[in-house]
Amino acid sequence: MAFSAFATATATEQAPRRASKVALLLLLPGIAYLMLFFLVPLFSLVITSLQAPAEFGDIGEYDTAFRWENYTTVIGQYSAQILRSFLYAVLATIFALLFSYPLAYFIGVKARPYPLLQKLILVMVIAPFFISFLLRTLAWKQILSDESPVVTALKALSLLAPDAYLTGTPFAVVFGLTYNFIPFMTLPLYASLERLDTRYLEAGSDLYSTPFTTFRTVTIPLSMPGIVSGVLLTFIPAAGDYVNASREFLGGTGTTMIGNVIESNFLISLNYPAAASLSIILMAVILVLVTAYVKRSGTEDLL
Amino acid sequence: MTLQEGAVLAEAVTAPEPRKRRQMPSFGLGKWLLPVYTTLALLFLLIPIAYTFVFSFNDSVKSNIAWRGFTLDNWTGVCNAQDVCEAFGNSILIAFVATVVATTLGTMIAIALVRYRFRFRSGISLLLFLPMATPEVVLGAGLAAQFLGAGVQKGLGTIIIAHTMFCISFVVVTVKARVSSVDPALEEAGRDLYGSPGQVFWRITFPLLLPGIVAAALLSFALSFDDFIITNFNSGAATTFPKFVYVAASRGIPAEANVIASAVFVLAITLVITTQVTSTLRARRMAAKS
Repeated sequence: MAFSAFATATATEQAPRRASKVALLLLLPGIAYLMLFFLVPLFSLVITSLQAPAEFGDIGEYDTAFRWENYTTVIGQYSAQILRSFLYAVLATIFALLFSYPLAYFIGVKARPYPLLQKLILVMVIAPFFISFLLRTLAWKQILSDESPVVTALKALSLLAPDAYLTGTPFAVVFGLTYNFIPFMTLPLYASLERLDTRYLEAGSDLYSTPFTTFRTVTIPLSMPGIVSGVLLTFIPAAGDYVNASREFLGGTGTTMIGNVIESNFLISLNYPAAASLSIILMAVILVLVTAYVKRSGTEDLL
Repeated sequence: MTLQEGAVLAEAVTAPEPRKRRQMPSFGLGKWLLPVYTTLALLFLLIPIAYTFVFSFNDSVKSNIAWRGFTLDNWTGVCNAQDVCEAFGNSILIAFVATVVATTLGTMIAIALVRYRFRFRSGISLLLFLPMATPEVVLGAGLAAQFLGAGVQKGLGTIIIAHTMFCISFVVVTVKARVSSVDPALEEAGRDLYGSPGQVFWRITFPLLLPGIVAAALLSFALSFDDFIITNFNSGAATTFPKFVYVAASRGIPAEANVIASAVFVLAITLVITTQVTSTLRARRMAAKS
């Protein structure tokens, strides 16, 4: 007993020096990698965003400069697309939350006595991840296309005007964004509802609260961490997505989002400064929104 | 025995209480409404998967849009559409290399984060969190701008670099959870018994972390295999399966692409269901024994 206590004491005495060396060795390769291929690219994005067209250069050739007006230019030129991106992303996030909450509640609370059922439903929730993102979006395009059984049925039921169409509309884009990011919403919601102590719900009904009041004042606050991470995990990729809104997929000419503009500026018109300044704007807005949202919902230990 | 070790032992002896089977209080309409909703919601989630699967059997000519009859030809001759097969091969290669590198680097970081104290801890946490909070289009454009500035020719190599980058953070998150659940006393015991650091790692730490490492590797593989947005910015002339689909979308996707996607789906879902069922059954057996 005494010996082992002694041994532990010396170990803690020696630990800091040896530990910090080992920690450095363990951290160095990965952290260096992220510095080189994540942090430095963000800086090159900032530098690119301020570049000016080369004086006697070809299309796609730029010189280092401090052209701050690149930012005002893209904001003026693409304000509609920027606003649309955040509107679509907010809508998709709300719809995904409304869709996922009852689903996650069933898996996490109601199905709790049946672990195998829980796991199988979870597998079905993440099943869309196992089929190509692009192919499942294209599948929706075909399902929602003009002559498809779905659209024909909606028209027969007069739920859709005879000359109406779904693909290429904001509805289709928000629908696609919602569908594609539902698992990102359901999983964190499930994770926090799974830990919900149901005795609190019993206490609510014992105190003569209606089911709705119990839900509003007990269930929702207790599942707030799940709601916060679900909202972030859905909103961030939805705001930057350009597949759903692309014309070959669910979008049309009037649904272009900021991601589409970045893609076409960077890869097609080789206007790197415009693409870079739009990227910086997108990232800045998302960081501000995310920080504000996390602060307001009081889940600051998210990092 | 120190007090701490005693506490650890006591914790190990008192096995976690098995979850009580208890009747949930039923709140009126929730009783049948919620199961029905769940069934419908799951069916909704599966619609495009079923569509892709069904149309992999379509006897299509150029574009795979209208149903023209059942055939197995797409499945038996997948590689007749040569470009699809080549893109698929590239995707597998990229996902494999990116997974190996990202899992190695990420696991090392996860161990360091849980087991060691060091300076700049919050800075490092932020550096690991930010790639997950950055929209993919920004990650892709940033890396592409860097390659452009450095004059790097884009191709398979740059895709692998990009995929490894965004996989690392996910590996760290996944493996970290596992490292925190492993008792450091086990490694201490190994060292007390004169195990070299290498022996302690490979015979004690690594086997204990393996489930987390495998989960992280599978996640990385899936993320890399299905990534399109970042790939599109950093691929140059090289093509991957998602990029092939994106480019082909305007002129019609060959049914062979549906075959590959369906086959990957069946493989992945079988793997996941098998592991989930066996782990649940094992947990049930353990609970029955105690």
